[in-house]
Amino acid sequence: MSKAKISVSNLKLWYGNNEALHGIDVEFQAKKVTALIGPSGCGKSTLLRCLNRMNDRIVGCRVDGNVLLDGNDIYAPDVDVVELRTNVGMVFQKPNPFPKSIYENIVYAPQIHGMVDKTGMDELVETSLRKASIWDEVKDKLHEPGTALSGGQQQRLCIARTIAVKPDVILMDEPCSALDPIATAKIEELIDELKSEYTIIMVTHNMQQAARVSDHTAFFYMGDLIEFGNTSDIFTKPQQQQTEDYITGRFG
Amino acid sequence: MSSPSNLKRRYRADKRFKLYGIAAIAFSLCFLTFFFVDIIGKAIPAFEQAYIQVPVTYNEALKSNYNKAIPKAYRRLVSKAFLRTLPQKLEAHPELLGTTQPEWALANHRVDQFLKQHEGHGLKKKYRSKVEQLYQEDKIEFRFNANFFSRGDSKMAENAGVLAAVMGSVLVLLITILVAVPIGVMTAIYLEEFAPDNKFTQAIEVNINNLAAIPSILYGLLGLAIFINVMGVPRSSALAGGLTLALMTLPVIIISTRAALRSVPQSIRDAAYGLGASNLQVVMHHVLPLAFPGILTGSIIGLAQAMGETAPLLIVGMMAYIPEAPSSILNAATVLPAQVYTWSSESMRAFEERTAAGILVLLVVLLSLNALAVYLRKRFEVRW
Repeated sequence: MSKAKISVSNLKLWYGNNEALHGIDVEFQAKKVTALIGPSGCGKSTLLRCLNRMNDRIVGCRVDGNVLLDGNDIYAPDVDVVELRTNVGMVFQKPNPFPKSIYENIVYAPQIHGMVDKTGMDELVETSLRKASIWDEVKDKLHEPGTALSGGQQQRLCIARTIAVKPDVILMDEPCSALDPIATAKIEELIDELKSEYTIIMVTHNMQQAARVSDHTAFFYMGDLIEFGNTSDIFTKPQQQQTEDYITGRFG
Repeated sequence: MSSPSNLKRRYRADKRFKLYGIAAIAFSLCFLTFFFVDIIGKAIPAFEQAYIQVPVTYNEALKSNYNKAIPKAYRRLVSKAFLRTLPQKLEAHPELLGTTQPEWALANHRVDQFLKQHEGHGLKKKYRSKVEQLYQEDKIEFRFNANFFSRGDSKMAENAGVLAAVMGSVLVLLITILVAVPIGVMTAIYLEEFAPDNKFTQAIEVNINNLAAIPSILYGLLGLAIFINVMGVPRSSALAGGLTLALMTLPVIIISTRAALRSVPQSIRDAAYGLGASNLQVVMHHVLPLAFPGILTGSIIGLAQAMGETAPLLIVGMMAYIPEAPSSILNAATVLPAQVYTWSSESMRAFEERTAAGILVLLVVLLSLNALAVYLRKRFEVRW
């Protein structure tokens, strides 16, 4: 296996007194797509949100263990969360463009981080939208509100917005669950293109999607990582009974 | 499957409920109509005022006794407010000395009320035929009552106006806005977006909710104790009133601002945090702009409420006789609702229509403020 981009070791997480993750050990490979699957409440979204510390804002949430991004602990006291999140971007379940123009949606984050000057903006907007395969659809209406787009387009706009800050890792939390099959196919196609440049970790409830787009798959159950391996192995010859039951639809 | 009779009963219940609703609305509309018809009906005469043509003789005697300027027969018909201006007029125009001019003078409130055929006008019997005759001869005419808008309070009913009270209300409201809105909005933003959720902030929250519900007169006592007794703000001043009302409005603004902030979807905050925006940037760039219409509406409603408030202002001495519009926030002032209250307890008949007219002015101002709130909400609402 190639070098791990993110390596998680013995990660435990509590919401109040409720332990949601019971010591997770997993490594995410650079420039690969890793799918996190498992029944609702198994901790896969929680783990995902640990990777860019979105859980920080949840009251009563406590984390123990190590998450190393390129060998650096992201929970170390000297880590700037703002910088971390520009390296580890996130796409959410429900498309959530800002109620501003498409253009402003893209340039917002680079602007607040001082990444580009005025002249670089147009170019940045174009490359980001192109990478998210939505440029051709919106190039004539860049100054119209992003919220006026269709759901699938909004989600690709959100991906473009994430790409605009040039992250290494993109976290996707069920990015297609609010979309129809055609929009889903486009996002999957996009994920396939993006993995040449970015490390992608996605949570999905759709087994076929995990099988189609991911290189590695991690199966979670009740806050434990049950099985992790190459997607082809997990789906064809799972080592654990629980994994087999889940992917064949016998429970969960 | 429900049986047909069951279905019929359900439809009937629906219909009945709808009728109850309509009846309730009709009932409240009746009250509202009655209220408006009554107030407007009583207020309309106040916008007209009788003026009387009198021969004014400019002589030496009027310098010491202005009554000497007009014939005895007119002295009980003309307002003193007119007569007392004569000595100054003569001083300004010495060439008038020794001449007699016919002049239009503000009529006494008794004459005014008598001609408006109001009960209790108080005009003595011996003057009545004379007044009627003058009216027939067009020596008395009704004009638009500009004094009502250009004068302050007066003991002479015909000369009393709302200007001082309006100016007082404006000053008080300005101070309330300047104090309550920034403090209230900042408090709400801190509590909602920055403060940790612990016992202390929960206690603050409960207390703010309670403060919004306590009788407003207690704020008057608080204002008296803090602003006047401790901080030495002049009694009856717009500053004292404005600060007191700011205390009263704060909880309302805090609560409505928090509600507006809470109504901004979490997904927008997630999106901004996910892009690496700091707490302050998320609030300033995303949450506040979306919550702005709600904050604005809440603040305007709170201020409108403060503007109609009387009780706390009584305690800080704002129910005073104020004939001159206050020129600074430290001068003694009164406000519209307090002025209405003062007039309503006057015995002279002419004050009754002024009370109604004062209420009308107050209503117009409050309805305009509420309309402004609705307009601004529509104007700034962001749809997504």
